[in-house]
Amino acid sequence: MDAGVPDAERALEALAARMRPAVAHDAAFVGIYSGGAWIAERLAAMIPGTHPLGFIDVSFYRDDYARAGLKPNVKRTALPFEVGGASIVLIDDVLYTGRSVRAAINELFDFGRPGRIELAVLIDRGGRELPYEPTYCGARVAVARNLSIALSRDAQGRLSLGVEPA
Amino acid sequence: MSGVASTGRSPQLGRNGELLNLLSLEGLPAEVITHILDTAEPFVSIAEREVKKVPLLRGKGVFNLFFENSTRTRTTFEIAAKRLSADVINLNIGVSSASKGESLLDTVDNLCAMNADLFVVRHAQSGAPHLIASHLAATGRSDIHVVNAGDGRHSHPTQGLLDLYTIRHYKKDFRTLTVAIVGDILHSRVARSLIHGLTTMGVADLRVIAPRTLLPGRVEALGVHVHHDMREGLRGCDVVVMLRLQSERMKGALLPSAGEYFKNYGLTPGKLALAAPDAIVMHPGPMNRGVEIDSAVADGARSVILPQVTFGIAVRMAVLSIVAGPVA
Amino acid sequence: MKIEIANGRLIDPARGLDVTASLYVDGAAIASVGAVPRGFRAERKLDAAGCIVCPGFVDLSARLREPGLEHKATLESELAAAVAGGVTTLACPPDTDPPLDEPGLVQMLKHRARSLALAHVFPVGALTAGLRGEALAEMSELAEAGCVAFSQADAPLTDTQVLLRALQYAGTFGHRVWLRPQHWYLARGGVAHDGEVATRLGLPPIPVSAETIALATILALVRETGVPVHLCRLSSAAGVAMLRGAKAAGLPVTADVGVHHLHLSDVDIGWFDPLANLTPPLRDTTDRNALRDALADGTLDAVCSDHAPVDDDAKQIPFGEAETGATGLELLLPLTLQWATEDRVPLAAALARITSKPAAILGGPAATLDPGSPADLCVFDPEARWMVRREVLRSQGKNTPFLGHEVTGAVRATVVGGVVVYERRQEE
Repeated sequence: MDAGVPDAERALEALAARMRPAVAHDAAFVGIYSGGAWIAERLAAMIPGTHPLGFIDVSFYRDDYARAGLKPNVKRTALPFEVGGASIVLIDDVLYTGRSVRAAINELFDFGRPGRIELAVLIDRGGRELPYEPTYCGARVAVARNLSIALSRDAQGRLSLGVEPA
Repeated sequence: MSGVASTGRSPQLGRNGELLNLLSLEGLPAEVITHILDTAEPFVSIAEREVKKVPLLRGKGVFNLFFENSTRTRTTFEIAAKRLSADVINLNIGVSSASKGESLLDTVDNLCAMNADLFVVRHAQSGAPHLIASHLAATGRSDIHVVNAGDGRHSHPTQGLLDLYTIRHYKKDFRTLTVAIVGDILHSRVARSLIHGLTTMGVADLRVIAPRTLLPGRVEALGVHVHHDMREGLRGCDVVVMLRLQSERMKGALLPSAGEYFKNYGLTPGKLALAAPDAIVMHPGPMNRGVEIDSAVADGARSVILPQVTFGIAVRMAVLSIVAGPVA
Repeated sequence: MKIEIANGRLIDPARGLDVTASLYVDGAAIASVGAVPRGFRAERKLDAAGCIVCPGFVDLSARLREPGLEHKATLESELAAAVAGGVTTLACPPDTDPPLDEPGLVQMLKHRARSLALAHVFPVGALTAGLRGEALAEMSELAEAGCVAFSQADAPLTDTQVLLRALQYAGTFGHRVWLRPQHWYLARGGVAHDGEVATRLGLPPIPVSAETIALATILALVRETGVPVHLCRLSSAAGVAMLRGAKAAGLPVTADVGVHHLHLSDVDIGWFDPLANLTPPLRDTTDRNALRDALADGTLDAVCSDHAPVDDDAKQIPFGEAETGATGLELLLPLTLQWATEDRVPLAAALARITSKPAAILGGPAATLDPGSPADLCVFDPEARWMVRREVLRSQGKNTPFLGHEVTGAVRATVVGGVVVYERRQEE
């Protein structure tokens, strides 16, 4: 484990603990691929209530298409519930500039008008470029701009965080 | 020995192998084709959303430059571009404009001056999209892209790609398949594109079934096995692709009649039974029922003709997104 | 004027001469080869050291586009291109607008050409009125006006009976008939050789049978009538084989090939390059190699430029719509030399294909350095390399697939009728 990077499983516990008393018991959990999707799956099991599970790929809504083109491995956005009027918890692994959140919210609105959207993130590393703040957060950590934090999942499903050059 | 053609990189690929224009499936590496098919998958589901749009090409001008009439293809490209939030301009430059004397390249130059970002081109002459793409590159406008919507009898790459997508969707692995393409191969850009696509993807056995009058010279050099007997050719096929027969072919002494063509080369339930039990039937459309295909087959359980149309929009969305992306 | 052309390698294919010496011109004729004529004082001296001095080239087909097609080219530009290419005599096909089926047109053309005093122009008259393939043209009148032969250029003559009668009529008076073997119906709609490239590119095909069947018809008529025919622009191995058989059987036929066809094949169409749209079409490499071998062994008697200047507007359009043809007067020499070098054909034999042989077919003065002959000469540097660029070509037609390519063999000076009509400037 890298020094200074939180333990993912412990951060997940902390996140779930904060969500349990607060989320609507029928809130949909929508994870942003790939890390957010893994966390959404885990949270759906950890938090009591009926939480429809959805996954969102923001590739078509990113604001850097003009600079970087279409990313490879676009996955299918799957939202198996009525978005209109729904209470949604949007879930991501690392909150940084906030641009993925902006893209995900734009995409959700193309499916319908949500009742409310809350944001749950495993790690908030600061460095915001847009005015989004998490409703629920597992852990906060400061990371240098030239580094990126990535979530990975092993064969047994254990999550871990790593740091690599950006 | 002399010769002057520049061999090497296909004019549609950039220095790093990225797709700058889509002119033909010939010369496209399997990785590029696979990338396009993979990109098309998530676009299929967009049709199921309430708002059938993503903002990928917002602000981009897509000009449909159709020198040959085609409501079907133009409509699917228009839908694809609009679902990517692009601004779409349709130009049907039929015979009337050509008779006004403006050359193809002059037309293109004028449209570039109207902030076109991408041209979707259909033309009766083989090579017209290549001419446009070369002209744009030669005049420092490689950032304006060209997608071939069908040129003469040469290529219809998006049709080839949607056919590949359809086959992959139902049959998964190209390398185990026996595929037959039936009909007017000589005049068919759809056939040529599909042949290039399937040979690139490594299909096991690719057959063309047609009378000699409808086969181009040295067609085996494209990597196909020729059959004149449809029953023989269909035996064991996993995929049967029927081509449209145009009525003009009867006039050029290529065929005696539509009736005799149907007798020899029309797809009936009886002939389809010779193919593999789970074979799929495809057709680029529009169909001539009773000429190349029996209604019972066209509307039957093995027909995937309607899904081809749905996949066609997604594939074209994928092509537009990839081509219009920045040069790496 | 008295001119000394000094120290060049003199090659006269007609007489088998190959010697390094000086050549002396007096007035319009060659005065002497080797020895200084008595009392000769040169008014001009051309230094031909390191160069070849040979008879000026005789090009059996160069379109000058006059009358009628002046937007493509004019006599001024094309005859300047001719002499820049070392061509001192050329034959122009009858497919002008109107076609050369009127003696008045022929006279005007010859007069215009003479007044420009560049290359000698020998018009080829129309075989049928208007080139329509129905009624005979007035061959005797046209011959009197200056036509050296009669042909259909690329226009069809589908009525074989008319062809038979045209041969019989021409044969009556000893008029030369030049025919392109192309079967109108088999070639109909086609733009490229019926092979792998046309199949791949989706271009309407022209099968080899379009040449061989037309050739068979022509050869059978020659056999039947005994009228000599010159066959223009063969393109296929099968055609060459038929020609070889015909010559072996003693038929009075000669034949030529276009210089682009010695080097290019359908592969050179590349990605639909309209500059490679030629008539006859570029066929495959087997055909090209057969043409090269046939030119080397004499089955094909001559090579010509088949010069066809085409304006940019008619070439910068899709392949199937583009006008056919390539500019060639300025490439005849380097491309002939390239063939000779690559196939190890002796230089004199190669030069014969563009001098003595076509001169014999034309029936005009023999292209030779024999003293007393007309001083129609070319001085060229066989090693000089130059880039084929638009700015360098004097022809108004810049349409050649060799644009942007480097070729070897540059004309240093051209003399026509004893006058230096072209000299390469030093800075070029």
